[in-house]
Amino acid sequence: MTHHGPIIEVRGLSLAIGGKQILRDVSLAVHPGEYLSIVGPNGAGKTTLLRCLLRILRPSGGEVLVAGRPLESYSQRQLARVLSYVPQTIESGLPYTVSEMVMMGRYAYFRPLAPISKADRQIVCDTLERTGLVELAERPIATLSGGERQKVFIAAALAQQAQVLLLDEPTTFLDYRHQAEVCRLLVEVNRTLGSTIVAVTHDVNTAALHSRQIVALRQGEVAFDGAPQELMRPEVLARIYDSPLLMVTHPTANLPVIVPQ
Amino acid sequence: MNRVAVLVLLACVALAVTAAAPFVGIESVPLGAVWSDQEPAAAMVLWKIRLPRVTMALLAGTALAASGTVFQALFRNPLAEPYTLGVSAGAALGAVLTMQLELRLPLPGVSTVSLGAFAGAAAVVAFMYTLARLRRDFSVTAMLLTGVAISFFCSSLILLLQYLNDFTRTLRMLRWTMGGLESVVGMADVLQLLPFAVAGCLVSFYFSHELNLLSTGEELAASRGVEVEHVKILLLAVGALTAGAVVALCGPIAFIGLMAPHICRLLVGADHRRLLLAAILLGGPLLVVCDTIGRTIMAPAELPVGIITALLGGPFFLWLLLSRRPAAG
Repeated sequence: MTHHGPIIEVRGLSLAIGGKQILRDVSLAVHPGEYLSIVGPNGAGKTTLLRCLLRILRPSGGEVLVAGRPLESYSQRQLARVLSYVPQTIESGLPYTVSEMVMMGRYAYFRPLAPISKADRQIVCDTLERTGLVELAERPIATLSGGERQKVFIAAALAQQAQVLLLDEPTTFLDYRHQAEVCRLLVEVNRTLGSTIVAVTHDVNTAALHSRQIVALRQGEVAFDGAPQELMRPEVLARIYDSPLLMVTHPTANLPVIVPQ
Repeated sequence: MNRVAVLVLLACVALAVTAAAPFVGIESVPLGAVWSDQEPAAAMVLWKIRLPRVTMALLAGTALAASGTVFQALFRNPLAEPYTLGVSAGAALGAVLTMQLELRLPLPGVSTVSLGAFAGAAAVVAFMYTLARLRRDFSVTAMLLTGVAISFFCSSLILLLQYLNDFTRTLRMLRWTMGGLESVVGMADVLQLLPFAVAGCLVSFYFSHELNLLSTGEELAASRGVEVEHVKILLLAVGALTAGAVVALCGPIAFIGLMAPHICRLLVGADHRRLLLAAILLGGPLLVVCDTIGRTIMAPAELPVGIITALLGGPFFLWLLLSRRPAAG
């Protein structure tokens, strides 16, 4: 099933919940190997858009094509082989170990009652190595820090070997060190494995540093779709966030960044 | 592999307990009664009374452990089990209502009280499920609290019926709601429970990967490829039918479905491929031991096994509740 063109294509997507319009005529395209960040103010519909891509929410209008096929035509298993997901809120009390959790990412390839294959075990091993979790493999998730736990959930999504990795606020609740580690991991996965990354985030600065395409939502509509350099202009950002912003230049990346006023 | 060793050990203990329990009791039954017919009375006690009863306890414990494990995964809460979810209370109300109305359906081999209990269990699960579907924000905690409310409501109605009734019927109702196995004579009841217990165990075992994933959250499970809605309905139904069948035939037996999976999680970890097997191996013998204590501790009188499991399970439940680590940030 080779497919040319966008891996995800959203056409005129609309969604209303309880009479309130959350998404309005949203269209965007994500090409294979892309690193796309979805930014925007609180309540702009970022997470809702992601949940539509995952079929957790059903849109009231428009359509989503995944690898050229309508989203509804996929079985859950088929979809899991194309899209993987790292949720925003990560349950901390799960009784599983790190390697058990990562192994669950292989579900879409399991056959009922068959024992877990050597290939699956090898993929879990490789993923643990890539994400730097080998030492923690047998630790219960409940004993990990927030940053380590986030990496476990990313590792589980990577073990799924889907073309696209969807992430909801992957760094919001992490300290600086873990933020940097998670970002580095995502960039590496994007470059070396060629995974397509779609990340919803609050953090415009990090999004601009790492992604190649940015979509900004404002009140449920696409307010910007383009390269980071074009987004990081005071007049563009002020329009999206309804507020004047201070900008300085990043000392090493030579890109403008926002600082609090 | 020490986890495999634990499973083997559990299996050995299960075998030993099941083999020994029929020989324990006020009426002494010598080992010889198994094969010689020199002691017809002892052989009779062994084959017609003790063995069916121990088998019944084994099956009931197994079924309760399996359905408890399933409910804990689906509700993502280690405090979920048929008893705390109100399934047992619903079944008890169903049974008491059939006694009140003196319903008698002409079905061979199946008692109407059992059917009433079964219907009650099914009604509670259907109610909970509808509630969860209608209100999308219905959290797991809300569902557990609803279970508690349903339990209170059903218990109050049962009390009301008992209050309004004459002495004999009230005693019959009261006795039923204590849960017990002393009415088991011969293999008829065992054969009624057998298909439910076996099906419950097999189906939940078949879905052990799905149970793992569902216990990490429904959205995450869906993103990993689980057909969440279908699997959830099926497992809820299987859990309820298995527990319902036990309550229908033995009365409400509390906390086996809570204790077995929890102890096993400590022994073999949380992966349902091992956990289910361990819980099944532990649940049966646990109930056999409780029932053996029940029929010997106050001999010649018998203590209903439901009272014993509740006495054990109540403190266990409290300990679980109080020792649960608050979610780390």
